[in-house]
Amino acid sequence: MVAEDVWAALEEIPDPEIPVISLVDLGVIRSVDVQNGHVHIEFTPTFLGCPALEYMKRAIEEKVPGAEVEVIQDDSWSTDKITAAGREKLREAGFAPPAPRLIQLQSQVHKCPYCGSTDTRLENIFGPTPCRSLRYCDSCRQPFEQFKTI
Amino acid sequence: MNEQALLPIADDELFLGWRESEWTGIAPMLEEDVAFSSIAQNEIGHARALYQLLVGEEGDADALAFDRRLEEYRCAPLVELRLLDWAHTIARRWLYETADEIRIAALKSDPDPAIAGLAAKIDREETYHRMHAEMWHDRLKDEPRFKEAVEELWPYALGLLPPELRGELVQRVGLAEVEAVERGTHTDELAPMWEEMTEVRQSAPAGAQW
Repeated sequence: MVAEDVWAALEEIPDPEIPVISLVDLGVIRSVDVQNGHVHIEFTPTFLGCPALEYMKRAIEEKVPGAEVEVIQDDSWSTDKITAAGREKLREAGFAPPAPRLIQLQSQVHKCPYCGSTDTRLENIFGPTPCRSLRYCDSCRQPFEQFKTI
Repeated sequence: MNEQALLPIADDELFLGWRESEWTGIAPMLEEDVAFSSIAQNEIGHARALYQLLVGEEGDADALAFDRRLEEYRCAPLVELRLLDWAHTIARRWLYETADEIRIAALKSDPDPAIAGLAAKIDREETYHRMHAEMWHDRLKDEPRFKEAVEELWPYALGLLPPELRGELVQRVGLAEVEAVERGTHTDELAPMWEEMTEVRQSAPAGAQW
């Protein structure tokens, strides 16, 4: 088994809370290292209180039998790690993808994932999971979930 | 060294998380039901990560969180209080987040990269807690009930921080420094909270399965 095979396998694991994107799309696999048949995977949680953390770790261990999964608690994950493909999949499913961190912190512009309008307002900073806020589009009158930029 | 710096913060986050979760289902409006549940989940997640850092990757964070004797907990009295009205609840949220930002900022420059890295990660999430607290503070800051609640809890808020960080809190909150309700003693409200929190663990020491 080579690292590419491991990445391909991990791409098949859906995020348990937003199953339209995979763990690879979500950017939570920090590294894959294969040496003499031994697989070491570094995994970073999104939010520290994410209840899906153990579930994701187990899903990785089941998908790549024998792999050693190390949970990294440092600051290396942010929503900027979500891949371009991942962002597009989120948008298609009605989740406004997180804007790049630098842009978001300055602009405060939030686009509706349905009609693309920026005429949207915050309904609640918090939503059904720690990573989501609730917004409302005044243009197409559709409520939507915004992936928080962190 | 780590334990001295991190255990008080971990215990604060655990117990405050529990207290905030008590609003789940009964907050004055649906948005706050969601907000308090989410904030509670984050705070308890931060506690878990800090406990894990203290016990090492293979260590048992739950044992550190739940199996100590009451007097060994290092949480500040502020997070123990069972607050039954919204003015006090929001006053504590705002005071806590203001103080927490100061100590997390200090930890972000800790020479130990594991501590600094985790502090930076916690800080990203706390940004949203601060937005929520500031939004409520802006809304209530001229209400007499809220002002009274802030003044009542102010000595407790000072007790969250070590003395060297209190000057900044005084500046941000805008109240005069008073004698703090210090960390190290507990209120009578800790014991019933801890008993409730550990009820399943105590009744099934081998681990509950469901």
